[in-house]
Amino acid sequence: MTDVAADRRLGKRPARDITAWDRLKVNRNWLGAWYMVPAAAFLLLFLAYPLLLGVWLSFTDTRIGQAGEFVGLENYEWLWEDSVFWMSVFNTLLYTGVASIIKFAVGLYLALLLNRHMPFKAIIRAVVLIPFIVPTVLSAIAFWWLYDSQFSIISWTLRQLGLIAANINFLGDVWNARWSTIFANIWRGVPFVAITLLAGLQTISPSLYEAATIDGARSWQMFRHVTFPLLTPIIAVVMTFSVLFTFTDFQLIWVLTRGGPVNATHLMATLSYQRAILGGYLGEGAAIATAMIPFLLAAIMISWFGLQRRKWQQGGSDG
Amino acid sequence: MADAPAAGKPGLFGRRSTDPSDSMSYLESVPRRLVTLYLPLSIILLVLLFPFYWMALTSIKPDEQLLDLEKFNPFWTPTPTLKHIAKLLFETNYLNWLWNTMFVAIAATILSIIASVLAAYAMVRLRYKGAQWVGGAIFLAYLIPPSILFIPLSTVVFQYGLFDTPFALILTYPTILIPFSTWLLMGYFKTIPYELEECALIDGASRWQIMTKIVLPLSIPGLISAFIFCFTLCWNEFIYALTFISSTHNKTVPVAIVNEFTDGDIYRWGSLMAGALVGSLPLVALYAFFVEHYVSAMTGAVKE
Repeated sequence: MTDVAADRRLGKRPARDITAWDRLKVNRNWLGAWYMVPAAAFLLLFLAYPLLLGVWLSFTDTRIGQAGEFVGLENYEWLWEDSVFWMSVFNTLLYTGVASIIKFAVGLYLALLLNRHMPFKAIIRAVVLIPFIVPTVLSAIAFWWLYDSQFSIISWTLRQLGLIAANINFLGDVWNARWSTIFANIWRGVPFVAITLLAGLQTISPSLYEAATIDGARSWQMFRHVTFPLLTPIIAVVMTFSVLFTFTDFQLIWVLTRGGPVNATHLMATLSYQRAILGGYLGEGAAIATAMIPFLLAAIMISWFGLQRRKWQQGGSDG
Repeated sequence: MADAPAAGKPGLFGRRSTDPSDSMSYLESVPRRLVTLYLPLSIILLVLLFPFYWMALTSIKPDEQLLDLEKFNPFWTPTPTLKHIAKLLFETNYLNWLWNTMFVAIAATILSIIASVLAAYAMVRLRYKGAQWVGGAIFLAYLIPPSILFIPLSTVVFQYGLFDTPFALILTYPTILIPFSTWLLMGYFKTIPYELEECALIDGASRWQIMTKIVLPLSIPGLISAFIFCFTLCWNEFIYALTFISSTHNKTVPVAIVNEFTDGDIYRWGSLMAGALVGSLPLVALYAFFVEHYVSAMTGAVKE
């Protein structure tokens, strides 16, 4: 009885039809679309559009302050015959290859060291990450001072120890400059690799090591047959990121050498900045930047298969 | 999200010693540990930290000791001076640059977090049609580096009339931050039990109320992680700031230090190092307070 009374009181408003606007407010797909608007706006306007625009620019002869015309592959033909461009490709591959391998080796070693029991473990782990926290440009400036041709403390120490006779010209000599920049890159990248791999090591169950010990495994065998296989998926992802960001590095080189001496340390990123922004040839710079995309795609494919493998190892759950 | 503090496990930097590594360390002798653990670890730590020691030392050394390595012990200074830091703060635009960096970093971070929270919530909980594909696309966006975007972006920024304003940076930095923080927050939102939301739905809460009153309060650790990591990335960003900003008073710290201090003066090192030190300190302080969050952000993004 009370229900009927309540109905009568509330029922004054006619039941209205569900309008399209109501649907927009409740329907999951429409709601989802509303929620995506801000992120999509940023990513479409300032990421997807410039990415396509960059590819388009590389086919034009655009210069700063002057709209360009379509010139087909001219920029690429020009680059094909440009020895400085090929030198930058060589440098980029050398820089990425050497730095990534050493970062991986030292990073994994450091992760294994940090994974062991020791006093002040938390503080030591926190301190290791500091090179990664400090802005690259600022630590690169510290390296610039360490690599100074006259007042380098490294040269001074080596001279005091009697190992060298004259100061090392760290950034003035072609190969010295290459190794010096690679070293600075390794220095900055090792903490990232070490800490992420350490996080991976922590997920390995200690009972596996106990079982291996009972079976008589030596420490190398434990590493080879227990640690490494379980760590492979995370190694794949970490190294993809590491390779990707080393390959497209700009800051370190720009602070330390600006591509010199005689273009010996130009990476593709620094060369494209020099040609496009300082030289004003936006089209040519965009062509150099676009030439980096195939390499990046290769790295992304490796990452993708690394992730797939990880899912498979975890029994198909999305992790 | 194995080391999310929210998950209640001790993280990498926790003080509780429940590390798997503890269980068998008694099998090792002391000299062996010395050679296999402490020696290599201290060498690596020395190399990793020496540049900072050198940076800090240089910024408090008087000029004459800076360049005379023979007469003074270069590894120490008996007469520290604040001259370089004072010169930096009061004779240059350094405070202005510091303010620019802070303003741009905070504004870009807040914008990105808002956009990422909405996007991550929609992808994880609303699960609209095609959410998985959008998630994949956002992951790919994370892999597109600024170095291949800055040339076309500079023309875009110019067309929109943003060139040489802080907004050029505030609006472009989110392209670096959103993909990262969306992935991080998706991981966090997945750990919140769906039953909570179902209860709220039955009680008549709207999706918006569920997000702001249930999901967000529960994911505060994740939000802090995302905030800190985004802030650090903004502070660290260089190539966009170098390309899109031309006037001195709009520059950020990294760009200003590289362009304004390198005038060829051989006594510049003191103020250069002071600039690098002061520019790093805010981040190091932030990191010191939120180590656990920072690391869970870093490893979380990789492990997702």
